Amino acid sequence: MEWLVSACFGVMIACGVYLVLRARTFPVILGLTLMGYAINLFLFLTGRLHTNLPDIISANQTRYADPLPQALVLTAIVIGFAMIAFLVVLSLRALGELDTDHVDGQQEKPPA
Amino acid sequence: MINHLIVSPLLLPLLMGTVIILNANQPVARHRILGLSSCLALLVLTGILLFQSAQGPIQTYVLGDWPTPFGIVMVLDRLSAMMLFITALLALLCLAHATRGTDREGKNFHALFQFQLLGINGAFLTGDIFNLFVFFEIMLLSSYGLVLHGGGGLRTRAGMHYVILNLVGSSIFLVGVGILYALLGTLNMADLAVRMAAAPAENAALLQAAGLILFAVFALKAALLPLCFWLPDAYGFTSAPVAALFAVMTKVGVYVILRVYCLVFSEFAGVGAGLLSAWLLPAALITLAAGAAGVAGSRDLRRITAYLVIVSVGTLLAVIGTFQREAIAAAIVYLPHTTFMTAAMFLVVDLIRRQRPDAGSELIPDRPVGQPTLLGLLFLTAAVAIGGLPPLSGFFAKVMMLMTVQGNNAAPWIWTLVLGGGLLALVALGRAGIIIFWKLLPTDDMRNGQGTSHDPVPVYALADVFPAAFLLGISPLLVIFGGGITEFALAAADHVINPVHYIEAVLGPDRSLPLLYPFGGE
Repeated sequence: MEWLVSACFGVMIACGVYLVLRARTFPVILGLTLMGYAINLFLFLTGRLHTNLPDIISANQTRYADPLPQALVLTAIVIGFAMIAFLVVLSLRALGELDTDHVDGQQEKPPA
Repeated sequence: MINHLIVSPLLLPLLMGTVIILNANQPVARHRILGLSSCLALLVLTGILLFQSAQGPIQTYVLGDWPTPFGIVMVLDRLSAMMLFITALLALLCLAHATRGTDREGKNFHALFQFQLLGINGAFLTGDIFNLFVFFEIMLLSSYGLVLHGGGGLRTRAGMHYVILNLVGSSIFLVGVGILYALLGTLNMADLAVRMAAAPAENAALLQAAGLILFAVFALKAALLPLCFWLPDAYGFTSAPVAALFAVMTKVGVYVILRVYCLVFSEFAGVGAGLLSAWLLPAALITLAAGAAGVAGSRDLRRITAYLVIVSVGTLLAVIGTFQREAIAAAIVYLPHTTFMTAAMFLVVDLIRRQRPDAGSELIPDRPVGQPTLLGLLFLTAAVAIGGLPPLSGFFAKVMMLMTVQGNNAAPWIWTLVLGGGLLALVALGRAGIIIFWKLLPTDDMRNGQGTSHDPVPVYALADVFPAAFLLGISPLLVIFGGGITEFALAAADHVINPVHYIEAVLGPDRSLPLLYPFGGE
């Protein structure tokens, strides 16, 4: 299980980094979204992998699921979503103002 | 007795920003009154907090009265009180400058400005590392809006880089925070420090990795070298009052580096002890050199000023990087000076730019500015203060920094680069002044014998130059009250360099004992 989860995390981060390094705004936004998902998964995992652990205190339980990572990840999801939404709007505006979706705002050279 | 004043630098901008948004369709004059009165009140409140912190011990404010370390805690020590006061003063003057026209260039300037202050103040006050992330995001989201304020292709392009870089930075921040939480089980910075000291050696590599991951994020905020290339564009192309306010944003990065690495990764921190001592000083010195090269190489006065921000960050962090009490005190003396003077330079450049309709802030000959005496004097004062010449505050602060790092092995490097950087800044600013004020194209009257073929330039009244002049006027004040400021800075550095004070204030006296026992107490 640990291997599977870490592999998911690693692949998502790798894809995210690859996409962020692209030159067009759309892949960059996709990459940031993917990285955001991966980071949220990571934050969630800081509570460790468990099954069937309660999060409410009871007399006959000794181990519990850690509730704090769940709260953290909720905050991170909300903030990340707002940031991505802003970036989408900004990219559309850049497309309108600069007439290109290149992140450096330059038109590519016409093919020779 | 809880001091409710501590939370006021957060509540006031939040409330005012919300009120301004509710009045979004009202005339801008109303926004100005609300914004300026908020900043004025903030200045008074932070002034009181500064006075209180100078008198007494570290104060904490426990939100919702949840017992620490489970709840979020705000911590007010001398350093954070000083940063709050600097921010409030700078914000008031920047906003006063912005009311002379900048705030009309787009909508919602004043609301964004208040939320920006909320984020900055929160980052200074918070004692919880996840809460720090949240305030960083508030700060960044408003700064995105402010960078883009006024629109235009250059701003959009620079803003795009700024936003993408900071989004990546936020992701990395969460990784660092996640590792710390997974291993230490807390997010409260004082509690992190205690648990870091007790962490087993098997976790050393991961904890150090988390510390350095966080350092990368803070370095991005502070604009240390490999992560500083967003700054010249973002600061150079945005509107002047925003750039001037952002002079304190890079200092947020400096403050957080100082706070986190003197507290969580302090010399008492067991496996994380002295994590940054090998990294910070070289990185800061290279940043300083690169910033100085940028200052010397730029052909635009706004970009020169933006590079001066990088030089100032490099200087501060190089001195802080020695992690000695006196050196940190000297950096705390230098910090208000450099923040106010680079901000003043942004405002002065804006005044110059608007009276040069053809060349703007570019360093090419143009017709003379409308009020050469006034602008020349302002520019000269700013250049002298930034270059570190007597009799203004830059000189004394730099002398103090150079004296205090003498004992360090890297002292020759620091001396060479700080002095060399100052020299390059003086040369660049001198050259800029010569081109702007003396290397003039003939005026229209001489060329074709008839009146102005260009748009008339604005003529400044007292209210236009007041914010810039006031900022510059702080420099002699910093010299006159230098003795008191130095004492304050030494006391502030005491609390910063010795994490025990902070931990005792947040967690109570008995929790800092694990820190003290292995080393036999103080």
